[in-house]
Amino acid sequence: MTDPMSGVIYIFIFPGFFFLFLYALFLAFLDRKIAARMQQRVGPPFFQPFADFIKMLGKEVIDPAGVDRVIFDAAPLVALAAVMTAYLYIPIVGNSPLAFQGDLVVVLYLMSLPTIVLFLLGWLSRNIFSAIGGIRSVTQLFIYEVPFFLALLTPALMAGTWSISEIVTWQQKNMWFVFLQPIGFIIALIGLQAKLERTPFDIPEAETEIVAGPWTELTGRRLAIMDLTIDVSFVVGSALVAAVFLGGPLIPWAVTPAWLEVVIGFFVFLVKTLAVLLILSSIKVATGRIRIDQLNDIGWKYIASASILQVGIVLVMNYLRVYA
Amino acid sequence: MPEVVVSIGPHHPALKEPVNFKVVVDGEKIVRLELDLSYNHRGVEKAAEQRDFIRVLPLMERVCGICSHAHSTAFAKGIEEIMQLEIPPRAQYIRTIIAELERMHSHLLWLGVAAHVIGFNTLFMWTWRDREAIQDTVEEMSGNRVHYGMNEVGGVRRDLTPAQVTAALERLPNLEERIKKYVDMVNKEETMLIRFRGVGKLSKEEALRYGTVGPTARASGVDYDIRKDDPYLAYADVPWNVVTDTNGDVYGRTRVRIGELWESIRIVRYCLENLPEGPIRVTAPRNAPTGEILSRYEAPRGELVHFIRTNGTDKVERVDIRTPTLANWTSVAMCLVNQNLADLPVIVAAIDPCLSCTSRITLLDNQNKKTGVMSLDELIWRNRSRDQGQERP
Repeated sequence: MTDPMSGVIYIFIFPGFFFLFLYALFLAFLDRKIAARMQQRVGPPFFQPFADFIKMLGKEVIDPAGVDRVIFDAAPLVALAAVMTAYLYIPIVGNSPLAFQGDLVVVLYLMSLPTIVLFLLGWLSRNIFSAIGGIRSVTQLFIYEVPFFLALLTPALMAGTWSISEIVTWQQKNMWFVFLQPIGFIIALIGLQAKLERTPFDIPEAETEIVAGPWTELTGRRLAIMDLTIDVSFVVGSALVAAVFLGGPLIPWAVTPAWLEVVIGFFVFLVKTLAVLLILSSIKVATGRIRIDQLNDIGWKYIASASILQVGIVLVMNYLRVYA
Repeated sequence: MPEVVVSIGPHHPALKEPVNFKVVVDGEKIVRLELDLSYNHRGVEKAAEQRDFIRVLPLMERVCGICSHAHSTAFAKGIEEIMQLEIPPRAQYIRTIIAELERMHSHLLWLGVAAHVIGFNTLFMWTWRDREAIQDTVEEMSGNRVHYGMNEVGGVRRDLTPAQVTAALERLPNLEERIKKYVDMVNKEETMLIRFRGVGKLSKEEALRYGTVGPTARASGVDYDIRKDDPYLAYADVPWNVVTDTNGDVYGRTRVRIGELWESIRIVRYCLENLPEGPIRVTAPRNAPTGEILSRYEAPRGELVHFIRTNGTDKVERVDIRTPTLANWTSVAMCLVNQNLADLPVIVAAIDPCLSCTSRITLLDNQNKKTGVMSLDELIWRNRSRDQGQERP
């Protein structure tokens, strides 16, 4: 990035925040539409998430009695800022110009922040449903976070780098990690579903038990921002899985001119994130909500063990120098 | 963690009707449940005493929006018994057809609600779509989707034309197909199994002790179905089986209801195919002789009881409605103890509660501005002292 202007455009316009918001709302629409069609419903028109967002921004903001307003206002913004920052390190068109060694860890860390914020909101709301929801979301975090991290760090182990962009480059030269580490891929998808608190992991916001969990007392722009955060997390999460396991936006053949390769890569990225979305939506439609104690059992007994198994397999493969 | 009281309702997204649960929880474990049912006292019984029988029937239908036919049939059946009327078989069959269609749409509705409660919205959407087929059938027969208005004292108000019978029969195979699918889903879908199995367990002894009725009792292995034990309408002529299950949990209750869907289809098909010829009603006298009757009816949720006392006029002196939901509440409060808070909605939903129909009485202390509950001993004491003309000391 020699020209400072190109950096600004990269961050703010394309493939930065402007594109991110549009794509996040579009994915939210697709998710709802796919679920609706599978459930024999009509589903929303394509602008529905956008309309909801604008509408909620204009709605009255209600402060529950005794709530610290400053933190209550700031918390959703922190969550949104965190996932937006995480987005910048993920390769969308070609490799990210901001990439550095260790950005994988930073992205994983930033993606955890919305959950922490939800816990905080639940705790601040002074509402029994919110408090229980907040506790549940952080309990759930402890269950899925370890396998999710392990699943996403094992590709780094094999590629020998902590940078997402370099992992993508490694896959371009060798093979997609979805074939090399299928167990890790499945765990990453499960972890992503849990991170986004979608069925069967919508335990913290179980409508029929605790109203909306930490979301209960959110109104107006706070709710809009928090909703947008989850939509953006969806993009970041699916882009991360697409980059780490599905080879990201790079294609294994050289195409001339170079700009055409970037354009093709961008569409490849879109297709891959949509594929992830389709899988996650299908899981959402095909399951009911499990209980937190059941998730605890499943998470630590099977998912965590499987992810450690995957690490072990990768270590053996590294030792045998399968790809070196 | 110390004990926390989670107050759920009367306004809560999980509740379709007003009720208040005060759930005492220790962490996520339920310690105790306190119930307040009476938010929707509508004075149906008093209103029934002021209308003649013809006008009471539409009122009875409006006790419940789902088992409307159950209430009007139970009442009409009781009055007809007091009047000693012989109801023509065709009317009995038509009543049976409507009753079983109603049971089917009620059970499909329940299955959807139970699935929704565990967050499995796909099944919810599917069952409610299939329920439409039944409601269409009922609408063709009676002109209405919810309050059918089919009953009158002495028979039914509308006859079934051959075209209606054919149309209804044509819908059944598709329904069978769908129900087969749901049987499959309930027995195989993993998230449903782990949320339903072993949840809200009720042994046979407990089910009997707490006086459960309907699918709740049958799921615990209690072979108790008014349609078999005290046959009314056409149930004695129709070949069908009482569905019971030995699981005793929410899973068992689901299996019983799905089994009853099968049986209902069989009954409806048999009745439609063997619809006897003849009149659909007899002319009932205007007044009923003095008498008392306990009219029992197997509603979709269980045994429905109408106690009717007449005094020789065209109005009832007293009618008392005991809905199946009321009979099942005790068992809910008992089997909730030591369960997970997350299982509360599914255990409550498993009895298929119909709360507004249950609300028959509210104790109101006007001086202290309080509502309350009364224990059985107190109730008996009050009754005796009233009979003996005593005042409370």
